[in-house]
Amino acid sequence: MSVPRYWRKQQNRYNLKGNRCETCGRYFFPPRVLCPECRRDGKIVDYEFSGNGTVRTFSIIRTASDDYDLQTPYPLAIIELEEGTCMTAQVICEPDEIAIGMPVKRVFRKIISEGDGGVIVYGTKFVPA
Amino acid sequence: MVGIITYGAYIPRNRVKTEEIARVWGANGAEIAAGLGVKEKSVPDLDEDTITMSVEAARYALARRDIPRDAIGAIYVGSESHPYAVKPSAATVGEAIGATPVMTAADFEFACKAGTAGIQTCMGMVKSGMIKYGCAVGADTAQGAPGDALEYTASAGGAAIFIGEDNPIAEINHTCSFTTDTPDFWRREGQTYPSHSGRFSGDPAYFKHVQGAAHLMLEQMGTEPSDYDYAIFHQPNAKFPRRVSGMLGFTAEQIGPGLVVPRLGNTYSGAVPVGISATLDVAKPGDRIFVTSYGSGAGSDAFDITVTDAIESDLFNRSAAPTVEELLADGKYLDYALYAKHKGKIVMQ
Repeated sequence: MSVPRYWRKQQNRYNLKGNRCETCGRYFFPPRVLCPECRRDGKIVDYEFSGNGTVRTFSIIRTASDDYDLQTPYPLAIIELEEGTCMTAQVICEPDEIAIGMPVKRVFRKIISEGDGGVIVYGTKFVPA
Repeated sequence: MVGIITYGAYIPRNRVKTEEIARVWGANGAEIAAGLGVKEKSVPDLDEDTITMSVEAARYALARRDIPRDAIGAIYVGSESHPYAVKPSAATVGEAIGATPVMTAADFEFACKAGTAGIQTCMGMVKSGMIKYGCAVGADTAQGAPGDALEYTASAGGAAIFIGEDNPIAEINHTCSFTTDTPDFWRREGQTYPSHSGRFSGDPAYFKHVQGAAHLMLEQMGTEPSDYDYAIFHQPNAKFPRRVSGMLGFTAEQIGPGLVVPRLGNTYSGAVPVGISATLDVAKPGDRIFVTSYGSGAGSDAFDITVTDAIESDLFNRSAAPTVEELLADGKYLDYALYAKHKGKIVMQ
């Protein structure tokens, strides 16, 4: 990941900053510039998600790319945030601990460390609540 | 009066037992555990470092008391294990708690006392009116070379202490320091593990400086050890703080709640801030706390603290974040092979 690309999404990754449409009440993560329902009638405002949610579904990653190889096997899940929208994230637990419907909360972790000399990307993962 | 506005500690879940490390090196684990007074230590997860632990500790502190983020004027992170040699840990902490951009920030290093140096800096800035709130973090993923005596204790954890004058939960009555150039422990630029002078770390280093700062505090405040309900001393192992507290005239009961090293290990810059957190977890209004940190190289910072009614008021929700005891109880044990993998001690191609 290039440094500017990582930096532009920093507040989304660190603090789950997304947005919501005040017209229809839908929440978006990552943030959207336009509400797909309300279109030009929608009013988009910034919103910071609480970080509490549940596991909608998950997969156990056993063969990963080099950056994540040391962590295998690990669960990767679709988290349904309590505000209603979903995001994909790693859940820090043993593969046999995770279950659909399990409550989770956000934690701040390293996402990728680009070798010994590159940038370290931080962001949000989840742990059992 | 300037004091602690809120606090939060963070300890990774992974643990390794002293006996498991000793087994690998053919040493007598029971004897080492008894000698050091350390049964087990915390180990960072593969995706944890000083920055992630600092953020978690600061977020726990803010869960206990929701202070306006734009009123946090300074963040200092004290550590020997900043993930970057050049790029501040404190800026990432500021971004992750929403305190940026109108704030000052810097990373501190003074071996194991960089966290308390941060507290003193924040106190000065608050008292001078430069800032409303300051955040001092002490955190480390402590390094100890495989087979070295430090490997039995070097652990991971930290705490964030927010300083301000606005209804503090604990007033800091006074602080003083005692510093000399004493080469008892060091790590040169680019080196993975620290070096130390063995027994030299004791008398001319730890004991001289801790006693120096502690005597200075008692003299300047006109107090006796019996005037305090609790005492916290830097804890590289359990033996040193027990011995120095006895030499100064403090009892085992006074140091009890803040002596976390037997189940946590030595979190270096995190040691005293976590000890303060563990003591504040159980303290009541009116309790007086004596604190003396120690950092190799060498120096000690002492603090005289009085807990206020605010700790039990609506301003502060102590149960909104886990206590140190709850964090210590939530352990997951690793064998030495997994511990070595987590600490990056295995050379990979």
